Amino acid sequence: MKYYLLIVVLCFLNLAHTQNCTHSFLGEIKDFHDGTPMSGATIYIETLNSYTTADINGKFTIKNLCEGTLVLRISHVGCEPKRLEIEIDGDTYKEINMEHHIEELHEIMVSGNSAKKLTKTAQESQLNTEIIERFSALNLGDAIKQISGVSSINTGNSIVKPVINGLHSSRISLITNGVLLQDQEWGIEHAPNVDLNTAGSINVIKGASALAYSGDAIGGVIVLKPANISLKDSIYGKTILSGQTNGRGYNIASTLTKSWKKGWFVNGQVSLKRFGDFKAPDYNLTNTGVNAKGLNLSTGFKTFEKGFIINYSYLNSEIGILSAAHIGSINDLVRAINNREPILVKDFSYDINSPRQDVTHQILKTEFYKRFKQFGRIQIQYDFQNNQRLEYDIRRDDNNRAAIDLNLKTHAIKANLKLDANTKAVYHFGIHTRFQNNFANPETGIKRLIPDYDKYDVGVFAISNLKLKENTILDFGLRYDFNRIDAKKWFLESRWEERNYNNDFSDIVIKTENAQVLANPVYNFHNVSVSAGISHKISKRHSVLFNYGLSQRSPNPSELFSDGLHHSAARIELGDLRIKQEISNRFGGTYQIQPSNLSLQVEGFANHIKDFIQIIPFGTEQTIRGAFPVWNYTQTNALLFGVDITANYDLTEQWNINHKSSFLKGRDVEAKTALIDMPAFRTVNVLGYTNKKWLDFNANLESECVFRQNDYPNFNFETLNPTTQEMVLVDISTPPPAYHVMHFRSEITTALSKKTKLNIGLNVSNVFNTSYREYLNRLRYFADDLGRNFMLQLKLNY
Amino acid sequence: MKHLKRLSILAISLILGTSCSNDDDTPTQIIEEEVITTMTITLTPNGGGTPIVMQTRDTDGDGPNAPVVTDPVNLAANTTYSGSIELLNELESPAEDITEEVEEKDDEHQFFFQATNSIATFAYSDMDGDNNPIGLSFTLTTAATGTGTVTVTLIHEPNKDASGVSDGNIANAGGEEDISETFNVVVK
Repeated sequence: MKYYLLIVVLCFLNLAHTQNCTHSFLGEIKDFHDGTPMSGATIYIETLNSYTTADINGKFTIKNLCEGTLVLRISHVGCEPKRLEIEIDGDTYKEINMEHHIEELHEIMVSGNSAKKLTKTAQESQLNTEIIERFSALNLGDAIKQISGVSSINTGNSIVKPVINGLHSSRISLITNGVLLQDQEWGIEHAPNVDLNTAGSINVIKGASALAYSGDAIGGVIVLKPANISLKDSIYGKTILSGQTNGRGYNIASTLTKSWKKGWFVNGQVSLKRFGDFKAPDYNLTNTGVNAKGLNLSTGFKTFEKGFIINYSYLNSEIGILSAAHIGSINDLVRAINNREPILVKDFSYDINSPRQDVTHQILKTEFYKRFKQFGRIQIQYDFQNNQRLEYDIRRDDNNRAAIDLNLKTHAIKANLKLDANTKAVYHFGIHTRFQNNFANPETGIKRLIPDYDKYDVGVFAISNLKLKENTILDFGLRYDFNRIDAKKWFLESRWEERNYNNDFSDIVIKTENAQVLANPVYNFHNVSVSAGISHKISKRHSVLFNYGLSQRSPNPSELFSDGLHHSAARIELGDLRIKQEISNRFGGTYQIQPSNLSLQVEGFANHIKDFIQIIPFGTEQTIRGAFPVWNYTQTNALLFGVDITANYDLTEQWNINHKSSFLKGRDVEAKTALIDMPAFRTVNVLGYTNKKWLDFNANLESECVFRQNDYPNFNFETLNPTTQEMVLVDISTPPPAYHVMHFRSEITTALSKKTKLNIGLNVSNVFNTSYREYLNRLRYFADDLGRNFMLQLKLNY
Repeated sequence: MKHLKRLSILAISLILGTSCSNDDDTPTQIIEEEVITTMTITLTPNGGGTPIVMQTRDTDGDGPNAPVVTDPVNLAANTTYSGSIELLNELESPAEDITEEVEEKDDEHQFFFQATNSIATFAYSDMDGDNNPIGLSFTLTTAATGTGTVTVTLIHEPNKDASGVSDGNIANAGGEEDISETFNVVVK
């Protein structure tokens, strides 16, 4: 208010003068965040071609100004220079706010491959645009395996689910473009519905330390962020084209952005992927084709102070499942395991037949944010997700009638407030609400895999980030989540009684009809998560961090409600209405060295999970198709611990060596056995050569070595062979032997014109066409993994 | 800000348009359509006599209850029986005749018969359009007295051209088993 008065006073003073070139301009430069005066700022007066500097109070005066436009260019150490046009019509005063939080500015300013950490004291790794682009034709799970401690659990080679420190599916939260992905992620055969090509950077946070994203990510959080938009009048784009021999397919990903200096932008992105049957070294993998189409549109207005974004994304993936993996009984499974080669091998084809998946995921997101001077940033977001999952099986009546037809709709509203006026103590608060409806279409004529349900979630969190000294950062976080599941499910009456639900859950029965019981299970879960961490820079080159996380995860729909025969696994899987939340206590510690030519990072962790939910065999049940093993969801106490190492050593300017390895143990503490599906010791060593003079040439030879998992639970069992009437062993547990595969990649980059850059890359994976099987591939009983593949990739930046 | 308002109105109307479906409160009951609950094999002795019935019946499909199986099946020694198979889905009411479905897609189905202790031999008496056997009709010829088992397997999408498959050898058939039932048989 006082400034207005000042202006008014100055204006009156002005009245006394009639001559034109006697006006003064008084400027005051302040920090946007905390309002402190910015002394020493340089002011270049464009219209006068002269310089001045701000005094200790951030003030400066320019005298003897004529009426008209005054153009100033203000710069300060660590600030983005600011250009101002001021109308001089008498003596004038103006407060000028400068932004010195370059880090925050980068969120909107810098385009391309800047990778920024999202947390200060968590075990976090990033992948930049360059690495992501290399995996353009592959899956998210393939790309983030580049991070030590991250592996994947696969169904064939096109359904790839990330595993972080041994945990996956519901134990991982995936955030794409600010939206917590809700896509039936509990299913081990449900790959995350994200198009890798929409990401400009990927951050992987191990453990549940990132409470701003979710509270139940016991395994970790994966954050995909779109490439930043540059704030200038420009139109730019990128096209990636790749073709490969294995699968005889192509991948196209193209993006175009128009941006305006004022902050407006429009961005469009399309990607297409088409592959036919892939090939193992010795045979075709019949019916493993892929057909994926993605579209991403966004527009909005972005400046440092405020902005909004509207984004729509569409992704459809049609994935064929190896024909030989379609089995109907234990006898089929025994035959498949003992045969060592797929029972059905046909000539190459682009056809995708049953069994196959056809999944469409759509996201509509609107986001608004505003920064307040000397206060912080507030952000409000609404997003809607529609996930349509269709799975087709080989059926007697009609293969084109889906066997699984699930529609999941999710509405989410979240509000975040970040108080960062004081850089030494940053606070972050948020409230997340979500409503979800799952609808299982009865038209399938097949018992629902999971029932219809409504789910309500509310989460609130508070996080503080304290800078103790220059070298030490402390983090605390607290989060509370409420989850309510309201389901309606038909149970077979015989199953209802066999589970003893008729005694324990008689109060939730709605009705009994045609030997089926309709029940209405309702759950209210209250979950508390805590995170605490400290990072300390011991010296310029050495740093350590320690963190602790407590998190609780509510059971997912399959853990509660699964009920029936899982064909491709030849087992009956049963959820349990009695399952409670699991509680994880995780300790992590990291040691980092970064001298000039060597960088080393050693990350250790121990994760104790109370009431860990797992599915294990229980007995057998007889059906008209013979006996099936029954696998039950049960709870136990589990302990996971491990070490992940990443090292990089520059031998010379041109040659470098990169090493990654991860060791992990997962134990069932109660049963004193190993946990199932734990990744084996894996070590990746890369020898790299770079020469800037030869068109930015680089070449890398990679050796990937995976040991045999010797620590596994033995769930093998015997079954009667009806032909011989003898008992035969069904070896579903024994892990495949260790394997070693070599990969090669090389690329050059050349400028075609001032603004156009062409990058040509050649990738050869499995160079020696080695036959191998991976323990964490669900199709390992039926066929070998992929054979050699040549991929040529052209990348055009314009 | 005007743009923002307009865009948000557009967005909200879009969302309201796309949501709010599937509001049926009680989920429709699903009676499984493709389950085979019952296989009834009728064996009529050539030259007359009382037909013998071999049956497996699982009234809760893939549920926990085990199928009820004829045990034992009593056959006369050195006798040839004409066999016919009827498949039902008794979860549906009235029961659905699956035999018809198998007949309609006879090239995608084949029964296999196997006996232990050489108590019986089998021969197909029906053919699909490609002159490959189906097995809905067959003959069973018993040997001398003895006990053993007879296993009847129905395979969906077998490779009927694979070696030995059309002669009734299951080893190379591939496909998936829709039925696999073993009967205890006494030949007197």
